[in-house]
Amino acid sequence: MSNDDDCTQWTPAGEDMAEIVSLAEAVALAVRDGDTVAMEGFTHLIPFAAGHEVIRQGRRGLTLIRMTPDLIYDQLIGAGCARKLVFSWGGNPGVGSLHRFRDAVEHSWPGPLELEEHSHAGMANRYVAGASGLPFGVLRGYSGTGLMDSAQSSASVRPIACPFTGEILTAVSALNPDVAIIHAQRADTSGNVQFWGITGVQKEAVLAAKRSIVTVEEVVPHLDPRPDGVVLPSWTVSYVAAVPGGSRPSYALGYYDRDNDYYLAWDPIARDRDAFRRWLDTDIYGKPAPPPAPAPRRG
Amino acid sequence: MTVSAARALRDNVTCFVGIGLPSVAANLARATHAPGLVLIYESGTIGAKPDRLPLSIGDGILAETADAVVSVPEIFNYWLQPGRVDVGFLGAAQIDKFGNINTTVVGGDYAAPKTRLPGSGGAPEIAASCREVIVVVRQTLRSFVQRVDFVTSVGYGSGPGTRQRLGLTGAGPLKIITDLGVLEPDPATQEFVLTGLYPGVCVADARERTGWDLAAAAELHTVDPPSAAELTALRGFTATASAKD
Repeated sequence: MSNDDDCTQWTPAGEDMAEIVSLAEAVALAVRDGDTVAMEGFTHLIPFAAGHEVIRQGRRGLTLIRMTPDLIYDQLIGAGCARKLVFSWGGNPGVGSLHRFRDAVEHSWPGPLELEEHSHAGMANRYVAGASGLPFGVLRGYSGTGLMDSAQSSASVRPIACPFTGEILTAVSALNPDVAIIHAQRADTSGNVQFWGITGVQKEAVLAAKRSIVTVEEVVPHLDPRPDGVVLPSWTVSYVAAVPGGSRPSYALGYYDRDNDYYLAWDPIARDRDAFRRWLDTDIYGKPAPPPAPAPRRG
Repeated sequence: MTVSAARALRDNVTCFVGIGLPSVAANLARATHAPGLVLIYESGTIGAKPDRLPLSIGDGILAETADAVVSVPEIFNYWLQPGRVDVGFLGAAQIDKFGNINTTVVGGDYAAPKTRLPGSGGAPEIAASCREVIVVVRQTLRSFVQRVDFVTSVGYGSGPGTRQRLGLTGAGPLKIITDLGVLEPDPATQEFVLTGLYPGVCVADARERTGWDLAAAAELHTVDPPSAAELTALRGFTATASAKD
């Protein structure tokens, strides 16, 4: 592993380096009942495998944060992992409704789901504030909308006067999750993480969180610099797990495309509680956690 | 409706696009009369030039063909918020006579709705900050309502002066394009009135599918039927989309 030395400029030796573990270990170590958990990936690099492992390990009472709850949170909500959802758009992208999410909100099944609802711009600024160590973010937004006064979000949205001009703007409270979980294309053997393409709010989510799990397509001896890539140095990440295909059925640019048939097939499964239970039994509880990381490819 | 929406986009403007019909219309415009149209998706892709319809706002083809790919905080804070985007293209589950949009909940109250919709996404700030907004929605009694059950995105609020009072910097919705025709705001009242109809559709048809007392402009124009070029381009997109499905 002589290549490791090449990365020392941003991986100072110490106890803060990311540990490379299996996905099951990462979830067992980082995610606890009652935690506030943000799984991010803005329609790209969605950490599906990690979400499934959280279901498999039976976490309960979670406050789930995500801009676009998507199928991954439909599955977690239906499986009974969530107490509360903090979000800005809850649909099956390009297909329609999230039926497990709707069943929870409309009929409290499998239990009541508290909502804290924002706009995308508001959620993005909440993560930025959290990553910046600030108590709130400021934007022009929400003015005149129902989001400003819907009971659940009002505690996290307030008007604020600009101290310089007096203009009334909108403050949104910072998000600082207990755990952020993201999927990335690559990490090196020191736990430095690299991802590219549509990078969403994953960097902000990890930097805002107390702990983090990054699943990656592959662990390589050395990260090649990519001008369009985002790098999270090892000392900003808690656990790295190699999970090839970890964002299927969403996609990982450079590795695989979105499996659109899965998104379409999800609709009838999610519409029906029994079909959903069968899906849980066969596709989640009936399958083992992804195996421990394969040995890194030699450079 | 898609062709009519595409025509509403001028060449060489910047357009903030959502997935679904707005995305089809914007791509159709770029393939026909507006090759210089700059497509911006909220996933952070600026100047995307897909040669097929993207499956979602996060489709890799958007990132691969874009002039620039930026983070989600950046797309909203640096690009949308200061008014750098000319046109916002929005859909709606409900819309009222002032162009206020609901995509959050229908029926019941917020905490116990009859129907829970996806929510706001990027729409509230698109409606607030784009220089102008175009809404594309099917015209039915369920969607064209006297009063929206929840204001997700503000049009003209309760009428003249509302946008200024709320500090909304964009002009607001300038057109609602439906499957029957086109509505535009009356300059004095900001109430949407019927200004155009597709061939074979009459004012009574539109009134029948509107939950408020819909007025019609003195001079109604008839929307031109789709041209051969528009239909060919549209079918090309639809064919690639279904092949992919």
